[in-house]
Amino acid sequence: MRTPQFVLSLLFVVAGALWLRSSAGAEIPATPTTAQGLAAWEQVYSVLTSPRCINCHTATNYPQQGDDRHRHVANVVRGPEGKGVPGLNCAGCHQETNADSTGVPGGHNWHLAPLSMRWQDINDRALSSSAVCRAVTDRSKNNNLDGPGLLKHHEEEPLVKWAWNPGHRPDGSMRTPPPMTHEEFVAATRRWVDAGTPCPTR
Amino acid sequence: MISAIKSVELPEVNRRGFLRISFAAGTGLLVSLYLRPRSMLAQETPMPQAPPKVYPPDAFVNIRPDGKIVIQVNRLEFGQGVHTGLPLVLADEMDADWANVIAELAPAADVYKDPLFGIQMVGGSGSIAHSFKQYRELGAKTRAMLVAAAADRWQTTPDKCRTEASVVHGPSGQSATYAELASEAARKPAPANVTLKTPAEFRLVGKRIKRLDSPAKCNGSLKFGLDLDLPGMKVAVVAHPPVFGARVKSVDDAEARAIEGVTNVFEIPLAKGTGVAVVADKFWPAKQARSSLKIEWDLSGVEAADTTELWTRYRQLGRTPGTVAATRGDERAIERVAAKDRILVEYQFPFLAHSPMEPLNTTVRFFGDRAEVWAGSQFQTVDQMAVAEVLGLKPEQVTFHTEMAGGGFGRRAVADSHVQREAAAIAKRLRGTPVKLVWTREDDVQGGYYRPMHFHRVEIGVGPDGLPVAWRHVIVGQSITAGTVFESFVVKNGVDSTAVEGAADTHYNVPNFHVSVHHPKINVPVLWWRSVGHTHTAFVMETLVDELAARARMDPIEYRRQLLKPDAKKPLRTLDLLDKETASWRNKLPRGHALGISCHECFDTGVACAVDVSIENNRPKIHRATIAVDCGLAVNPLSVESQFQAGLSFGLTQLMAKGAITLKDGRVEQRNFDGYVPPYIIDAPVAVDVHIVPSTEAPTGCGEPPVPVISPAVVNALARLTGKRYRTLPLTSL
Amino acid sequence: MATYQLNVNGQRREVNVDPSTPLLWVLREDLKMTGTKFGCGISACGACTIHVGGIATRSCIVPISHIGDRPIVTIEGIAQDSVGQAVQNAWVERDVVQCGYCQSGQIMSAVALLQSTTKPTDQNIEESMGGNLCRCGTYPRIREAIKTAAMQLAKGGE
Repeated sequence: MRTPQFVLSLLFVVAGALWLRSSAGAEIPATPTTAQGLAAWEQVYSVLTSPRCINCHTATNYPQQGDDRHRHVANVVRGPEGKGVPGLNCAGCHQETNADSTGVPGGHNWHLAPLSMRWQDINDRALSSSAVCRAVTDRSKNNNLDGPGLLKHHEEEPLVKWAWNPGHRPDGSMRTPPPMTHEEFVAATRRWVDAGTPCPTR
Repeated sequence: MISAIKSVELPEVNRRGFLRISFAAGTGLLVSLYLRPRSMLAQETPMPQAPPKVYPPDAFVNIRPDGKIVIQVNRLEFGQGVHTGLPLVLADEMDADWANVIAELAPAADVYKDPLFGIQMVGGSGSIAHSFKQYRELGAKTRAMLVAAAADRWQTTPDKCRTEASVVHGPSGQSATYAELASEAARKPAPANVTLKTPAEFRLVGKRIKRLDSPAKCNGSLKFGLDLDLPGMKVAVVAHPPVFGARVKSVDDAEARAIEGVTNVFEIPLAKGTGVAVVADKFWPAKQARSSLKIEWDLSGVEAADTTELWTRYRQLGRTPGTVAATRGDERAIERVAAKDRILVEYQFPFLAHSPMEPLNTTVRFFGDRAEVWAGSQFQTVDQMAVAEVLGLKPEQVTFHTEMAGGGFGRRAVADSHVQREAAAIAKRLRGTPVKLVWTREDDVQGGYYRPMHFHRVEIGVGPDGLPVAWRHVIVGQSITAGTVFESFVVKNGVDSTAVEGAADTHYNVPNFHVSVHHPKINVPVLWWRSVGHTHTAFVMETLVDELAARARMDPIEYRRQLLKPDAKKPLRTLDLLDKETASWRNKLPRGHALGISCHECFDTGVACAVDVSIENNRPKIHRATIAVDCGLAVNPLSVESQFQAGLSFGLTQLMAKGAITLKDGRVEQRNFDGYVPPYIIDAPVAVDVHIVPSTEAPTGCGEPPVPVISPAVVNALARLTGKRYRTLPLTSL
Repeated sequence: MATYQLNVNGQRREVNVDPSTPLLWVLREDLKMTGTKFGCGISACGACTIHVGGIATRSCIVPISHIGDRPIVTIEGIAQDSVGQAVQNAWVERDVVQCGYCQSGQIMSAVALLQSTTKPTDQNIEESMGGNLCRCGTYPRIREAIKTAAMQLAKGGE
């Protein structure tokens, strides 16, 4: 009996696809599902609400500091552009790079995230995953960033990357970085973006 | 700043007190003639003997050939304004040209001892109160000698001469400047008696006189103790034990020694326990080196004080009668008052650090047979003796320079001179080298000598007219003076008066009044904190009186008037003045604002306070404070105004959310101004208007009186806003 | 150790120090300029405030290695600036100081405020001066002096 040509080609394609899939390990070549995207978002959320990030994404007129996220010393305030006020500009103390000998973190253009990017309430409590997701994806609030824009922001923005090179505290100990590596954070962001930046409903 | 004093082998003090002039060779030589403290020679007791009653003018006044008049100030300037205040008193009686007056802080010497307390010191708000007459007489005597010299020159009599702005004018148009007359005046005897000016004749006293030290403090040129720089000087920091009184067991200093600039690392004795000194060319390497030390501490045998445990202990003690501090009437009268007419309240006050802006520091140079010390000290006599003791010298072998200090509030007046002892112990090991010991802010916040913790328990029986008929009050808190040279003066019949002042000696007229005290012994060094016992007693008294007034539905000012004893002159006068000065605003506050009143006398000065308070961001916002003060004659009303405007902010330290020092397992939990947070500008009153009761009575102090009134006034206002009474400080939440 | 060329109050200065040394201690001990004060070492009190590149900076926490050629202005040099002069004059005119230890920092912060805000409101003052600690409590007089300086500057048309 003669096997139809197309069946043979199909078998080839399927075999090839199966081989490719198994040799690529855990990679999911297909677009992530919504469920996978939401799971990826939770990973992103865990970073955004970790101290190194959320301390500057406040809803108040002040930043926070420390793993316990207490109000920043010296009564520094947000100011009209999130850069402090005359006499107490963020960049006055926070230089271009970390100052480990004195325990002061630094990075280019140190400033507060705008209030539109607040990830806490006015009582300094982190907002819910869905609330943060909505804020982050709202182009009227997030500096008009689309999915790829958000990915680029997470991948390249110096102040974002600072969180993984947060410098030493005055006592010499290293500040706690976010709960996953930068690479993992970017990968999770990519999965979430590829899934269409889904947000949890509650 | 005092120029370096040349140490000279001294003849006995010339009792005739000749006025000296200094020639080109510097201004400081003059006072070296007075550096031999006679009363130190008898060493039977550690306390100095009675001070000399003779104050030779030439120890205090130096008329330079260029016309500048240099006046020695017999106590530390640390913000209170004595650097201007006492010189103006002298200059007024002397008729000196104020524009040419220079003030200097006198080094340690017998003649500069406080006339009342017999040691060279500043504290108890006594600078003007104790030295007013003294400096007037010095000025008048100096003037008399100058006039006598002029009268001689012109062959006339002193009564025919007059003086004005450093010039003597004769009866026939002659004139001579003080500088021209100085050498002749020096040959005149200082008169035993002088006539002082009448108040109408004052040209400076009673006027608003600006501070002499202001310009130099505004352009960075004024040197504080911490700014001292001497050739060859080294800087030292000390690693202190984490629990008071503990000792070094072992030190690994390899890393420390490897830091460039570090010259020595060694163990030193402290006032209690031991520590490790690091000496370097500069501060930064010394500090880095100290951080790298690996020290094992021997914590055995020292109590590990713990705040939580202490509160339990204090509460237990407070619920039992203590040693009687004051009693009149029937101690048990309270028990016969019906329960509905009785109030029982308990208060808690934490340890407080003074934290003056300038961290503690002292520089010592030991030559073997003598030494030199530079320190912004509130206690020169005591500190000089301590340094001498550490170095195996006699006090007169120690030249002690008084540096300008960046605040003190009592922190620089320590009976055990612990900072000076540390510095001396280090200098002893580095003979010949000046060593500047620096305490970092962490050393300061964690270093002890706090305002003690206090617990109060008050039972009040209220009479039918709303006034208290019985008041039984127990106070618990460490004795500040126990174990110090001051104990015998301050502790009587088991009661340290500094723990009960303001309550035991209240001006309120309660027929059955009983105050007793417990003085537990805790392993935390404690000290007087600006206004001392009044810091907590005034809070208790003034919040309770306010509560009683509210209960009786009476105006808080009127209630106090009724409750005060008729002879409480100063408090009553201040209430009247406060009533008048607040009439325009106190009953017209906007919504969300409330009035708070307090009235308290301390160190012989009466103060009444009214505040306008609202709540912003869960904190009290003080929009305005009005102060009425009776300090007798206000020698410098500008200074009085400044002291009150600023002193209120200092007092607010007690209300700050992070305004407490706490201990856990013997270790102080706060480290710096991030954990112990004093008031900043947003916490301070926006505006303070100060009104002085017109008076010709003897001047009394304004250093401490501002402090006790502000905290109770603010919480009395808060009570009206929130309906809550605040009995535990600091105010962590409203 | 490293050598740094600094621009301090318009003058060229050279120092040879450990790169980790905060600018505060370089000023105080290597350049012997003690007008800038040490209060806490953790930027909480502002006693160490100077201007670097025209911006108020807390010198206790900026290591010398981070300065570069940005001009440094300290209390010793602020009188070269008309706003600095007005502030210092107002401070003396209004008898602001008590112990004075915090005032170098207070003045440098006030100058920064007035250089950018000609008519500071009470809120401007509270925000810009909000991190300068004064244990003596001279705050009410600091407010007055800032307003006095602002008025003087407005009058002078500068």
